[in-house]
Amino acid sequence: MPTPILELQDVSVDFDGFFALTDLSLSLQPGELRSIIGPNGAGKTTFLDVITGKVKPTKGAVSLRGESILGLSEQKISRLGVGRKFQTPRVFNNLSVVRNLEFAAAPNKTPFHLMFETLTSSVKDEVYRIMDYVGLAPYAKVEAGSLSHGQKQWLAISMLVAQAPDVILLDEPVAGLTDDETARTAELIKSLAGDHTVVVIEHDMEFIRDLGAPVTVLHQGQLLTQGMMEEVKADPRVIEVYLGQSDDH
Amino acid sequence: MKLFRKLVPWILLAFAFFVLPEILSQFRLNLFGRYFSLAIVALGIDLIWGYTGLLSLGQGIFFALGGYAIAMHLLLVTKNDFTTGANGLPKFFENYGVDNLPFFWEPFWSFPVTLIAIWIIPAVVAGLVGYLIFRNRIKGVYFSIITQASLMVFYHFFNGQQKLVNGTNGLKTSTTELFGMIVGSDDAQLLLYRVTLIILPFAYLLCKFLTSGRFGDALIGIRDDEARVRFTGFNPVPFKVIVFLVAGGLAGISGALYTVQSGIVSPQYMAISMSIEMVIWVAVGGRGTLIGPIIGAVLVNYLRSLVSEALPEAWLFVQGGLFIFVVVLMPDGIYGWLTKGGAASMLSAFGIAKRAKTYPSLDLDEQVNLEPKTITPK
Repeated sequence: MPTPILELQDVSVDFDGFFALTDLSLSLQPGELRSIIGPNGAGKTTFLDVITGKVKPTKGAVSLRGESILGLSEQKISRLGVGRKFQTPRVFNNLSVVRNLEFAAAPNKTPFHLMFETLTSSVKDEVYRIMDYVGLAPYAKVEAGSLSHGQKQWLAISMLVAQAPDVILLDEPVAGLTDDETARTAELIKSLAGDHTVVVIEHDMEFIRDLGAPVTVLHQGQLLTQGMMEEVKADPRVIEVYLGQSDDH
Repeated sequence: MKLFRKLVPWILLAFAFFVLPEILSQFRLNLFGRYFSLAIVALGIDLIWGYTGLLSLGQGIFFALGGYAIAMHLLLVTKNDFTTGANGLPKFFENYGVDNLPFFWEPFWSFPVTLIAIWIIPAVVAGLVGYLIFRNRIKGVYFSIITQASLMVFYHFFNGQQKLVNGTNGLKTSTTELFGMIVGSDDAQLLLYRVTLIILPFAYLLCKFLTSGRFGDALIGIRDDEARVRFTGFNPVPFKVIVFLVAGGLAGISGALYTVQSGIVSPQYMAISMSIEMVIWVAVGGRGTLIGPIIGAVLVNYLRSLVSEALPEAWLFVQGGLFIFVVVLMPDGIYGWLTKGGAASMLSAFGIAKRAKTYPSLDLDEQVNLEPKTITPK
C-alpha cells in the first residue's frame, strides 16, 4: 500500500477533561474523496482543527506524506499543502473577488514578495479560469462582502482551489445553499477529487449520497464506522446515534 | 472630473506651500506647520489602525523619541548664552550638577546621525515592541492596553530622569540654532513649515505604496480575519511588525518636526491623552483612507486653536462632542462621509433620506436588468 497522504494515529484532544476526540485513527490516500458525518459534538470540526494546526492534540500523531506535522503553525501546514474551508464562508469582505483569489493564489507568501513582486500572468490566468468555472467572473471587481451567501461559499471554495493544496478540507460546504447550488457544489467537489485529496464534512445526507464517496461516521470523538453510504445507513449503531439524537429534538 | 479629484490634494498642497505663507500671520502659519507635522503621525496610525486593525494607544512614545532626538542635537551643537551652561554642556545639566555628558547624547553631535536617528530609533523600538506582542498572538483590546502601558512606562521614565533629559521640564529648542538661524525665529519657522510640507506628501506616498498593492490586501486581510490569513499560508507577524515599525518611524519624524515648531519637547508628548487624541484625529478624518487622517489632524487641531482662543476651558467638551458626533453620524469619518453619500447618508440616520442603493448583486443580475425592458408598457 502506498504512503497515505494524510494519516492520524490514536489522536486524542482533551479540552480540560472533555475529550473532543478519543483515539481517532484515520488515513487518506492521494486523490481520495472522503465524507465525514456525525451528529453535533461528534468532533468533526476538532478533527479539522487538529490537521490544520489550530488545536494541538493531547496525544497521538498526525503526519502528512509520512512526515509529522505536529506542532507546526497554521501557516506552515497550509504551505505544505493543506487547505481548509470553514463552516461559515470566511472570505475577505473588504477585498474584491479577484483580489481575494489573487491573495490566496500568491505563490510567495512573504511581505517583501507582496510588496515588490507582481503576479505572473499564469497565476492571473488561473484566477480567471477559476472565476469562470464557478461563475464568479462577472463579479470580479465586486467586494466580497456584498456577495450572496451562496456566492461567498463558492468564493471560499475557489480560494482553496487557487491556493492549490494537495489536501482540501471542506467544513459544511453546502450549508445554506439552495438545492440547485448544492448539486453544482457536489459536481465541483467531485471534479476536485483525483487531483486533490478532498475531505468533506456535512450534515446534508442528500449531498453526501450525491458525492458517492466512502463515509466515515464520527460519534463522541470516536470513529463509529466507515463504508459506503448504503452500508453505513444500514448499520444499527449509526441509526441509533442519529435516532438517539433526533429523540432529543 | 476624475482627474480633477486626483489633483485636488496636490493643488491644496501647493496652495499651502506657496500661498499660505503670504496670507497668514507668522503666528498662524507656525500653528499650521504644527498641524501638518501632526498629520504625519496620523498617517502612521491610519496604516496600523485603519488598514491593519491594530489600535495603538502608544504612538506618543515614538512621537516623543523623534522629538527628543532632534532637541538633543540642537542643544548640543548650539553655543549661545541661552542654551549653553558654564561647563559647555546644555544649560539644564548645571541645575543637577552633571559635568559629564550622558553617553547616549554622544551620537547626537552629528547632524546626519540625528536625521537618521529621528526615524530609526522610534522604528526600531516599535519593531521590537511589536515583534514581542505579535509573536505571542496578542491582539485587539489587549494590544491597545499593552501599548498604553508601554506609553506610561516611557512617560514616567522620561519624567523622572532630570539628570539625563531634564525630566518633566523637557528640552527647549526655541533658543537653539539651526543652519545659523535661531530656531524660534520667523525665518527658521518658515523654513520648517516648508520642510514639513515637503515631507508630508512623501509620508503619504509611502503609506499609499504600502496599502494599495497586494501587501495592502494582506493588511486588510489581517484586519478582517487574521486566522483566515494564517490558513491561507501567510504568517501575519512580519506584516504587522513592518507596519508597526513604519508607523513608529513616521511618528518619530512627526515628533521632530512638531518639536522644532512648538519650541519644546517634554514628557507631556507621552501623556496618555495625547496618544488618544491622535487616534481621534484619524477617526474624525476617516480611517482606512490616508487622506482622512491628514484632514482630521489639521481640522481638529485648527478647531482646537480656535475654540481655545475663544473659550479656553471649552475645548475638551468640544472634542468629546466631536468624537461622539463622528462615531454616531459619520462612522467613516469626514473623508469617508464625503466620498460615500455625503449628506444623504447622515439624513438616513434620522430616517429622512432613503437608506441604501439596491442589493449589489441585483445590479449585476442579467435577468433583473432585463426586467424594466420587458415590463415597460408600449
